[in-house]
Parts: sequence; C-alpha cells; structure tokens
Amino acid sequence: MTTLLTSASPTSQTDTPDSVRRKPRAWRILGYLALGAAGVVVLLPFYWMVLSSLKSNNDVFTIPVQWITTDPVWSNYADIWSKSNMTTWLGNTVFLSAVVTLLQVLTGSFAAYGFAKIHFPGRDVLFLAYIGTLAVPWQSYMVPQFVMMSKLQLTDSLWSIVALQAFGALGVFMMKQFYETVPDELLDAARIDGMSEYGIYRRIMLPLSVPALASLTLITAVTTWNDYMGPLIYLRSPDLWTIQIGLKSFINQYNAEYALIMTGSVLSVLPIVVVFLLGQRYFVEGIATTGLKG
Amino acid sequence: MTTMPTGRRRWRNTAVGLSFLLPNFIGFLVLTLIPVGLLFYYAFTEWNVFGGATWTGLDNFRQMAADTTFWTALRNTLYYAAFHIPLTLGVSLGLALLLNRKLRGVAFFRTVAFFPYITSIVAIAQIWNMLFSPGYGPVNELLRWIGVDHPPGWTTSADWSMPAVIIVGTWRDMGYYMLLFLAGLQTIPGQLYEAAKVDGASAWQRFRAVTLPGLRPTTFFITVLLTIGSFKVFDLILVMTNGGPGQSTLVLAQYIFRKGFEENQFGYASAVSIVLFAICLVVTVIQFVVNKRRSS
Repeated sequence: MTTLLTSASPTSQTDTPDSVRRKPRAWRILGYLALGAAGVVVLLPFYWMVLSSLKSNNDVFTIPVQWITTDPVWSNYADIWSKSNMTTWLGNTVFLSAVVTLLQVLTGSFAAYGFAKIHFPGRDVLFLAYIGTLAVPWQSYMVPQFVMMSKLQLTDSLWSIVALQAFGALGVFMMKQFYETVPDELLDAARIDGMSEYGIYRRIMLPLSVPALASLTLITAVTTWNDYMGPLIYLRSPDLWTIQIGLKSFINQYNAEYALIMTGSVLSVLPIVVVFLLGQRYFVEGIATTGLKG
Repeated sequence: MTTMPTGRRRWRNTAVGLSFLLPNFIGFLVLTLIPVGLLFYYAFTEWNVFGGATWTGLDNFRQMAADTTFWTALRNTLYYAAFHIPLTLGVSLGLALLLNRKLRGVAFFRTVAFFPYITSIVAIAQIWNMLFSPGYGPVNELLRWIGVDHPPGWTTSADWSMPAVIIVGTWRDMGYYMLLFLAGLQTIPGQLYEAAKVDGASAWQRFRAVTLPGLRPTTFFITVLLTIGSFKVFDLILVMTNGGPGQSTLVLAQYIFRKGFEENQFGYASAVSIVLFAICLVVTVIQFVVNKRRSS
C-alpha cells in the first residue's frame, strides 16, 4: 500500500530541495498543523460512521461523545442482513456497475477513436453536440427523459439505468483526449501495412490506452455505484433497488436505529473504498486529466 | 491507400468513421439530445395524468412568475451557490497549495481528501445529519465546549439548515477540486519561482505574481464546473433535508423533481427546467467571455 501511495505522488515539485532546507522551521510546523487539522476534518465523519456501527444503539448519542468503544458490537453486522435486503441491493448494484462500465468503456473508446483519428465531414459537428451538453445539467432534462422512457416502456427495469448511464459523454472525452496523444505516424504505418481501422483500434490503440481505460473503468463504476437519482426515479419495485435506494429506505424505516444505519452505510461505502485504494493512481490521473464528472 | 480516388476514399472514411461513432452516438442521441430537445416542447404544454399534452403557449411561464415557491427555490439555489462556490474555491486551493509542499504524509492526505467525493450521498448525508444533531451531536458538543452556549439547530432550524448543507457540500467537493488545482500547480514551471526568489520576492508576492497567474486557466475551468455544480445541487439536499425545514433548503432541481415526479406536472416541471438550463448556459457563456477578455 505504501509504495502505491508514494508512486502516485506528483511528478514535479515547485521547490527545490535546497530551498526546503532553508525554509524556516516555523513554516514547516505550521504546514503540518494545517495538514493535521485538514486530515481530522476529512476523516472524523468516517471515523464516526465506523465507530457508531460498532456501538449498541443507546451508545451512539451520549454526552460526552464516546470517541472509542471498548466493547465493539459486531452483531450489528449480522443483524443488518436479516433486517434488510442487503443481498438483493448489493447484487443489483454490482450488476449495474459492471454492465454500465463495460458498455461505457467499449462504446466510449470506440467512438473516441473515430473522433480522434478518422477524418470525415460532419465529425466536428457531432463532437460539438457532445461538448454542448457539458453545460447542460442532467437535472434540467430528467423530466422529458423520463417521459420518453415511460413511452418506450423502459422504466422500472435495471436496463433503464443501464441506458441512462452507459452513453455519457465522459468516456468519449476521456478517451479522445488520450488517443490524440498517440502520433498519427504510428497509425499511418499500420495502415500502409494493410491494417484496417478496426484492427488498428483493437491491436494498437486499446493496448496503448490501458491506463486511460483503467481510469474510465474506475470512475464509471464508482459513479454508477453511488448514483442515487437515477434509481430513485426509475426503479419502483423493491427487488430492483440498488444499495443507495435500499439504504435510504432502511433509514426511513428504522430511523431511530442509529447504529444499524451506520452499519448499512459502512457496507455501502466499503466496496468503493477498496476499489479506490486499489486503483487510486488511475482514478487520480483520470480526474486530473479530464476534470469531468457528474 | 494513396492511389485510391479521393471521392471514394472520402466516402469510405466517412462510413468507417461513422461506424465507430454510432454505437455511442445513438445512445447519446436518444437519451440526451432528444430529451433536451423535447424539453423545449414540453415546457409549452400542459399534461394530464393519461399522458396527453396540450399546447398552452406561455401559460407555464406566467404561472411560474406568480409562483412564490418557485421564487423561494430560485433564491435558495442562489444562496447555496453564493457561498458554496467561493468557499470551495478557497478551501480546495488552500489544500492544493499545502499538498504541493514537501511535507511528510502528503501522498496519504491526497488519498484521504478524496474519500468524501467517492462516498455515496446517502451515507454522507446520514453521517452529517447525526454529527449535526442539535442535542447530542458531536458538532454542537464541540461548539458548547469552546463556549457557544446556544449552538444552532442545524438541519432542524430554518435559518441554519442551508449553512449545514453548504458545509457538507464543500466538505464533499473540496478533495475533487483540490486535485484539479494540484494538476494546475504542477504545470507552473519551477524556474519562475526561483527567478522570483532571486529578485527577493516574498512568499506572498510569489503567490500573487507567479502562482495566481499560472493557475488562471485552472481557476477558470474550476469556476465553470463549480458554478454548474452549485446550480444543479440536488441529491445532497434531497437526502439531507428534503428541502426543509419548511422550504428553507428547497432548490430549483428539487422543485423540478417535485413538480415532475411527485405531482406529474410534466409541462410545468419542464418550464422550471428551462430556467435551470438557461441559468447554467448563461453563466457558462459569461464566464467564457470574461475569461477571454481577461486573457487577451
């Protein structure tokens, strides 16, 4: 883990080692204090979540707050499965994340190759349509989208969420940006050797773009996992609910079971944290190069 | 390839190119472009429960002008944006500057600062609602400990629910924008700082003369993203306060949701959507124009 974290550190630093050594000690101490304070602000809510999930319900809110628990109540993690449909919710969410991500990565990178490397009339106009929608929030067309999907009888099905999420502009943007860094000469050489454009995409571009594909995969999977509004609007039947919708309904149903609610929250967050920690290098690179999401 | 007649080659290129675009573009067309187009038709219609639309011209917009709830939602959205944008800009820039230094633990912190952004809204809203709990929550206990006798009621108080939402919104977004700022900081050449130091510039002067100008494209981009993000704020509020207490945190996107999905007034909801659409578009265009003028 440590090596992974350090390998993700920024490439260039603005200060040279020389100037760091000369920097007054007070500034460094101040820097660490600021870093420590920021760390507490960011992490404390997560600590509270995990801590509360291991308390008995009466111990969650006490005065003064108990910041450690000597006797962790692990049974919360067993009770949550019997009191809720966690298994169904997690299953649906895993299914959605996998299918959406697969489709987004495939169609996104495929289209991006067309936009980046094949010249034909009308291409730039089509790309403008993608750019234009960047300033249009989904919230402003969710109503007509829903009306249209209802007419196509595509609501209340997991496939409606797949349709909603899989064709976003993000994949096209990210992959296009990456493909444009690949020199045209490389492709021309392959063309002269008689390789078709599909062959070039599959045998040259895809292998070259593994890091970008990894970024897109992670970002799409996490976005789909966390999506709340899409499932809320489209998935009415309880057996189709995702973890977010399920957790929210659980909160409404057991609104005083604070410890169990936090247990459910931990379970809804845990898979994402694991995925993020494993692939955080790609995640961070993807965000930093495109700055697009949501 | 070069021997192929240009006309045929062009035709072939178009066919091959389109075949690459189509799988994604068809989905994009059906699920994004067409709904956006339909918006401008629905906004001028009235819907009944059985799915018929009648053309009513500007009626929906007249109704909106007299709808006090709409104006409350608009005002609340502006309230959120007015605080969320500068706060997030400041905090994320500060964090990025801090993380751009050679301190131990910086890599660890960069990972950690991103956690809120990848955590689901439902979990985050629930955690913070508990932290903000007026009687027994840790936030108010901390406030009492430092001497605030009557700490605010946060999400249970009409005056303090919006600040609570803004705090959580900023807490959630700061790691993401920090990352964008960090990427921007790393494009500023180190020699510029060295030169400024040689000229005897203080840390503050270096920040003003080197860092800020160097970050201008990044700051512009982040401001555009943050503005759109603030105006469309929705799921956080829906889960944290559901627009309440009263209408104290009701925002535009949630009003659209209410009208559209809870009251099935698709026409009126579309008209309100056009307002949200127009705000985001106008703000983006203004920012682009200002940025262009400034950089020329």
